[in-house]
Amino acid sequence: MRHLKAINRKARTIDQLNTPATPDVHDQPDVVALQGNSGPRVPDGPHVPLGCSFVFAPGWEVDSSGSTAGLCQPVERDLYDCYVTCFWPIHVPDLLNHAPDWTNKCAAAQQDWRKIDLIFP
Amino acid sequence: MLLRRGEFHTFEADGARHVYLVPSAAVFRLDDPSIAVLDALGTDDLSPQALTDRLVGRFSELEVQETVQELIGAQAIRSLAAPPPVRPTTDTPRRRIPLTTLVMNVTSKCNLSCKYCYEYGEDKIVEAKTKPRYMSEETARQSVDFMFAEAGASPHVHLTFFGGETLLNFKVLQSSMAYAKQRAAETGKTVDASLTTNATLLRDEIIDWMIENDIGVTVSIDGAREQQDMNRVFSNGMGSYDSVIPRVKELLRRHRRRPIGARVTLTRDNLEVTQIYQHLKHEIGFFEVGFAPVTTKWQRDYAIPDEGFEYMLGQFQRLAQDYLETSLQGKHHGFSNVPDTLEDIQKGFSKAYPCGAGLGLLGVATDGDVGLCHRFAGSDEHKLGTVQGGIDHSRQDDYLRRHHIDNKTDCRTCWARSLCAGGCYHEAHTRYGSTEQPNLHYCDWIRRWSATCLEVYATLAARRPEYLRQFDA
Repeated sequence: MRHLKAINRKARTIDQLNTPATPDVHDQPDVVALQGNSGPRVPDGPHVPLGCSFVFAPGWEVDSSGSTAGLCQPVERDLYDCYVTCFWPIHVPDLLNHAPDWTNKCAAAQQDWRKIDLIFP
Repeated sequence: MLLRRGEFHTFEADGARHVYLVPSAAVFRLDDPSIAVLDALGTDDLSPQALTDRLVGRFSELEVQETVQELIGAQAIRSLAAPPPVRPTTDTPRRRIPLTTLVMNVTSKCNLSCKYCYEYGEDKIVEAKTKPRYMSEETARQSVDFMFAEAGASPHVHLTFFGGETLLNFKVLQSSMAYAKQRAAETGKTVDASLTTNATLLRDEIIDWMIENDIGVTVSIDGAREQQDMNRVFSNGMGSYDSVIPRVKELLRRHRRRPIGARVTLTRDNLEVTQIYQHLKHEIGFFEVGFAPVTTKWQRDYAIPDEGFEYMLGQFQRLAQDYLETSLQGKHHGFSNVPDTLEDIQKGFSKAYPCGAGLGLLGVATDGDVGLCHRFAGSDEHKLGTVQGGIDHSRQDDYLRRHHIDNKTDCRTCWARSLCAGGCYHEAHTRYGSTEQPNLHYCDWIRRWSATCLEVYATLAARRPEYLRQFDA
């Protein structure tokens, strides 16, 4: 940290947590599921959970402002999450015509995402 | 995305602004951009752009963004788009905390009749008459066995002898210390011991035993003659100062193996902290002096009234300033209330419970009943087991769940809760009739005293950081 100077032990711990560590092939967490046992390990890049819907990525449960009003349409999320975070493409109801109330009970997606129910045509 | 002020206390030390963050208990020194960002945000909810707009012309947009990111990382600011901060849970600790300190009340008898005594006075919670007045050698042995059994993997155990007047049962002190050393040798652990005494019964034989066994000694004493004799009297009303002082001087002269401390009880008419310190530290020669306000219902005539707490704070702050100046010169200062808090700050303790009672510390009554601490030992209502039968873990877990800081609604918005956690259970029980109550009568006092200790801490961290290394162990 450049602006905050850690004074006590707890502050130093927080400082370390917020300082990106230098990547190390052996110490850094890595996505290994798709790499098999052979071949070189990929040293760099972000650690991304595999296919996890608990990642509040824009385009899935929350939009860029943290709510659900501006969720992307399926075609957009396919572009982002399919190739970056390995999500399956998710079908959401047609919020304009068929299911305008789908997210009414979900004011804050971080807390209320379970209230978004399945919809059957 | 909106940004909101996190929970913290700001203070000045060594000419710079600092933050003490809650609940992490981290202390950071701020630079100009971070001060400006926190001031500009204030108590508003602002978007990053609105925040940048408020600082336009003073700092570049990039610098503001970088500062905001750091402040978010430290939780001094939080983004409303992020999940709300996780509150500590009221679950009991996942792994049982080993017993490291056992306080043995070796007798409930005392040869003094201090007017404010919580054990015999108007606010007593233990009916001493229904229990043996002295702990037997057998119960003492069982207590030592209990301590080693409950210490688990902990390599070190600590015994504290307490009373009544501890030295009235010197025979049991000797036998239990000898037995504890034997058990330590058998189990490969180390053991050390300390005791608290009014010093009226100290004699050469006892001092010899203290030296031989490295016993840490705390003397309950209230100051100079005038202060000591106000409350600390024999049953005939005669003051104890003249009886105590020659014995204390002899103890201080001979027992050099452990630092010897004085423990002062402050009352409505005894609040001259700096004067008492001067007498006990410099005229009598104690290594350190600690002060605590008397535990009592507010109606008692020795209870400290609100204006008394205010006066006491001024006294504490003066002595803390003295502590700081002495420590900056690399010399020892004996005001022990300060280093106790400095250690908590240095380690960044964020307390779920105010003290170790019922966790790593337990008290044993004369009959072997185990209570939260020495002040509750012998109270059936607060019993957690017996040294013969062990700890009732379901009672202990229930107690820990009920007393977790997260169950103290009054403490939820207080920045000092990580240091205080609601305060002494016995104080709360005496004042409000429940150990679960936070001690609201001294909240303001605790906050201002904590603020003073943070200032002392951060000044030492800036000007003499090596001084703080003693608190790392």
